[in-house]
Amino acid sequence: MTFQKTLMLASATAALLAGAGSAFAADVTLTIESWRTDDLSVWQDKIIPAFEAANPGIKVVFSPTAPTEYNAALNAKLDGGSAGDIITCRPFDASLELFNKGHLAPLTDLPGMDNFSAVAKAAWSTDDAATTFCVPMGAVIHGFFYNKDAFAKVGIAAPPATVEEFFADLEKIKADGTYIPLAMGTNDQWEAATMGYNNIGPNYWHGEEGRLALIAGTQKLTDEPWVAPYRQLAKWKPYLGDGFEAQTYSDSQNLFTLGKAAIYPTGSWEIAGFEANATFPMGVFAPPVEKAGDTCYISDHTDIGIGMNAKSANPDAAKKFLSWVASPEFGGIFANALPGFFALGNTPVAMQDPLAQEFVSWRDKCKSSIRSTYAILSRGTPNLENETWNASVQVIKGAETPEAAGARLQAGLDSWYHPAAM
Amino acid sequence: MATDSIAAPKRPFRSHILVFLAPAVLVYTAVMIFPLISTLYQSFFSKDWAFIGFGNFVTLFTDPRLSASFWNALGNNFWFFIIHMVVQNPIGILLAALLSNPKLRLRGFYRTVFFVPTLLSFVIVGFVWKLILSPTWGVTQGLLKSVGLGALFQPWLGKEEYALTTLALISNWQFIGIPMMLIYAALLSIPDEVIEAAECDGITGWAQFWKIQLPLVLPAIGIVSILTFVGNFNAFDLVYAAQGAQPGPNFSTDLLGTLLYRTFFGYQLQLGDRALGSTIAAVMFLIILTGVCIYLFGVQTRLRRYQF
Repeated sequence: MTFQKTLMLASATAALLAGAGSAFAADVTLTIESWRTDDLSVWQDKIIPAFEAANPGIKVVFSPTAPTEYNAALNAKLDGGSAGDIITCRPFDASLELFNKGHLAPLTDLPGMDNFSAVAKAAWSTDDAATTFCVPMGAVIHGFFYNKDAFAKVGIAAPPATVEEFFADLEKIKADGTYIPLAMGTNDQWEAATMGYNNIGPNYWHGEEGRLALIAGTQKLTDEPWVAPYRQLAKWKPYLGDGFEAQTYSDSQNLFTLGKAAIYPTGSWEIAGFEANATFPMGVFAPPVEKAGDTCYISDHTDIGIGMNAKSANPDAAKKFLSWVASPEFGGIFANALPGFFALGNTPVAMQDPLAQEFVSWRDKCKSSIRSTYAILSRGTPNLENETWNASVQVIKGAETPEAAGARLQAGLDSWYHPAAM
Repeated sequence: MATDSIAAPKRPFRSHILVFLAPAVLVYTAVMIFPLISTLYQSFFSKDWAFIGFGNFVTLFTDPRLSASFWNALGNNFWFFIIHMVVQNPIGILLAALLSNPKLRLRGFYRTVFFVPTLLSFVIVGFVWKLILSPTWGVTQGLLKSVGLGALFQPWLGKEEYALTTLALISNWQFIGIPMMLIYAALLSIPDEVIEAAECDGITGWAQFWKIQLPLVLPAIGIVSILTFVGNFNAFDLVYAAQGAQPGPNFSTDLLGTLLYRTFFGYQLQLGDRALGSTIAAVMFLIILTGVCIYLFGVQTRLRRYQF
């Protein structure tokens, strides 16, 4: 080969490469870090194609890690600089810590952020609410599932609206004897706290009002609104199944889906699994209020958010994607693909699933709050969430009085938490 | 001894010994000795790597909550150990004695059956027993009812007063094979002449077991005891598999291992604390070290060994 030919070939190759390079340069690839391995197909088949169709030139790759490994793996990747552009955010302190370390970019001014209420953003904002660093993506709502066949059999016309009706219905189911009135066990502990205490509690402490007062230090866990839910829990004991002390979460789920239990206190995340397994018609009702006509409060717990790696190489594309996630369009796709995980935007989202519709309709009638123990109060040791697990179980078993439980939790909180208002 | 009085011929340094030792030494150092030393080292530092001397230890023993958790876990650990010593090891010795009976048929079969649970993973054992004892689906309640003892059934794993003992008994079921095998081997090594001599003297049956066989297997029982001690004070897996890292009910099944895990790695919303976790690990190491030393210097040196 002569020198000239080589030169020509080389320049041709260079030109080709340069052309190809510029063509590809338009295509930016964004990688999403997530712990939702279960949702891989939803992202690949529904969410990402919808975004890519509307935004040519941006490719998105969903790359989840197992939930238990996510936090550790993400921290290591962020420290090593190899993390993806988009980070799925755990609620509260885990993400706040990432933001404080400079790993998550502030997104307060992101277009679309004003679609979300302050409650929705609270899980991914600094304590003073000045900066938000993740787009709220999904929430789960607490409530009670019930077996419609069971209610018909024992002659309950409508699901209970007040606490009094609730216990009257439980009594009827117990007297009938066919069904276990309430499917809940105390073996795994978190059931009693999450699906018991934090499910019925907001009606007593008036949702955000009480939660924020507790954080501000103007209310204490020994106050009536915080002890009253324990009083109700203590009354649940006679309606739980035999041997509830050793009944696990999956036992409870199975008892309900096999049609052996009438009522199951839980949250909207069960919808997909229950609809796949239960052979009877199901309904849901919100936590009963004290007196008919009282304002109802629900636990509408913010669970998933999505943010941007501060060191992303493609910040513009990433912001474009996050703005889209903040839009009602994404909310509709997300809420329908994953019934039970509700979009958090202010714009109502049309959902096909009747149970999901019922859950989300409570947002109009009731006031939303989040689990009282998640924000700020579980930052120290002893940690209020884990302590509440134990206290709820002890109260249900009758091993501790509601008042003693409240006093013990407050003493634990006082040992490390000193709000300025005190 | 006789060989010492003769000057041994000076042998060249045998470097191949080092070569053969190297893999084990390197691997053991990397996965055991280094982490052990770094854990001990870490227990003298705060979370931000500031040297605080015995500060973490002071916190561990003076903080009312942490020290309460620690003493609770330590107490549970001792109970766990006692159950193993009182139930598992005597039954293991008994099984070994039965197996070593030359008249027993299907010996290999029994030996295998008793040993199989030891090979199972903790996760399987925890899960299977949880199901067996489950008040919702378990077979226990039905079995007890069929023999008229239905009233005895309790949700054992969910009751504060029974849960730890239940877990200890499950662990006994799983590990009964270890004392059985070690003692079986020791029993087999007793020469027939000794047994025959005993028979000539009219010592047979149980008397033979108590007077001849048991004293001869005492060193093996000592080894079994110390293995049980070390295993129990490091126990974590079964409790974690059956009850999680905040072992209920009301921490009645919390062992040092689960307390360490919860403190070091965190659990649910509790954030991990590397410094205090290392401190608990260091204290566990000291407890085990003390126990092993008492055994090595206090017990083992007094055990009489018989040469045949």
